[in-house]
Formats: sequence, structure tokens, C-alpha cells
Amino acid sequence: MIPFPASDFIVGGVFLLAVATTAAGALIAALSTRIIRSVAGLALCSIGLAGLFYFLGSPFLALMEILIYVGAVCVTIVFAIMLAEPDEPAPEARSSRTVLWGGLALAVSALIFWSLWRLGAQGHWTPPAARVTDGSVKAIGISLLTTYSMAFELISLLLLVAIMGALVVARSGRAKA
Amino acid sequence: MTLLRSYEQPAVFLILAAFLLAVGIFGLIRRRTLVGMLISGELIFAAAMLNLMTFNRFTAPDPTTGQIFVLFIMGLAAAEVAVALSIIIAVYRNYRSVKTKELSELTG
Repeated sequence: MIPFPASDFIVGGVFLLAVATTAAGALIAALSTRIIRSVAGLALCSIGLAGLFYFLGSPFLALMEILIYVGAVCVTIVFAIMLAEPDEPAPEARSSRTVLWGGLALAVSALIFWSLWRLGAQGHWTPPAARVTDGSVKAIGISLLTTYSMAFELISLLLLVAIMGALVVARSGRAKA
Repeated sequence: MTLLRSYEQPAVFLILAAFLLAVGIFGLIRRRTLVGMLISGELIFAAAMLNLMTFNRFTAPDPTTGQIFVLFIMGLAAAEVAVALSIIIAVYRNYRSVKTKELSELTG
């Protein structure tokens, strides 16, 4: 069987594109001043992450990532922005305090990034001797309803409580306004 | 050529997850509105999911475990966002602001 011409380059290029999308989306989400651009950065980051999940052997989670994050979480945040207009306030005058806090934030995150980089690059991750299942959607469904059935039921209960709690909390202030 | 095959090395995924975590923590410290902090928290969730999926792919004997765990993280994140956004809207109704600096009644 003759492989598709340059398929290695295409697959590698798509992977690098997914990595770049994730990193760029995260940077946009954390650094932009308009909050709506920040949400768009989060959506971009989620799409890149879905591509990475595909490369990690889980098309199911790639689909779920796009459904839940781009389709539900980002849309909900956009609704909250429309209701509350929480734009980032204009940058303050560059006093010594703001510079100190910015430097502290940069130092903390750079330290975490550097140390985790070292840890991840040095570790010898040995592949398992044998795989029990193939990790397909069928295997996921079987173990969701056998081994993890208790956690599955608990998370449905948690989602129900969260929906009702969100309704109650968002309703409570309406009489005063 | 190693760059094109880099999706077979766990270090690439781990470093990207560390980057997402670092960016999320930076945003969490720097943001001055509640919604901005929530978005940075979502980035930290994304870092955790990528990390779990990496170890699921490269070291776990049962590949379904990590996928189910990440699915639960997604459900928890969705529930968290729903509750947090309703709290943010309730706060905005009472204070007419979601800037973290103005949300203080006790002075000290």
C-alpha cells in the first residue's frame, strides 16, 4: 500500500499548528485588555487543545472539548459579559506598586514554567508493558457504566445542583434592581 | 524530522501543559475583573486536562481511565462556570461593578 504523498509532513504540520493555536489562544486569553477578545482567545485555545487530544489518541475527548468549551463555556461567558460589561479597567499610572505586582506575577509564572519544563523534559516515561483496553469510545462507555458508574451518577447530580444553584443565585438580586 | 514526529514525545505535551498553567497563573494574578480571573482559571483547567491525557496516552496501561477523568474535569468546569457566572451577575447587580478593587466593604 502506497502512503499518501508527504503524509508525514501534513500530520506533523497539523500537530505544530495545534500546538501554536493552543499557545497563542492562551496568550490572547491572558493578556488582552478587552474581555471579549479574551473569551475569543479561550475559544481558540480550546480548539487547539481539541486537536492535541486527537493526537493523544482520543477523538471522543476532542469532540467533547469543542462541544463543552467552545459551545457551552465560552457562550455562557459571552452572555455574562453582555449582562455585566466587565471590561478591563484602563491601565493605572505606572507606579512602583503596579510594577512590583506585575514583576511578581511574571516571576511566579516563569518559575513554575521553568521548573515544570525541567521536570517534564528530564523524566523517563516508560510505556506500559501491555494495554488492557484499546481506549475506544466503546471501551469508555463500558467502563463508565461498570467501574466508574458511581462517579458518573455523582457528576450528573453535581450538574443538577449546579444548575439549580446558578438559577437561585442569579435570581436572588433581581427584586432590588 | 524530529520536529515533525514530535507528537510521539511526551515532553512536548508536558511543556505545553506547563506553559498553559504558567499563563493561567499569570492571568489570575494580573487580571482586575472577575470574568478575566475566571477565564484564567479555565486555562489552568486546560493545563490539567492536557497533562492527564499525556500520561494516559504514554504511560497508563488502561487508556480509558484518563479519558474518563478528563471528561469528569470538563463536567466540573462547566458546573463551576455556571455557578461562578451567576455569582458574578449577582455581584454586578449589587455593586454595579465587577472590578475586584471596588468589591470591598470592609476597609483596612
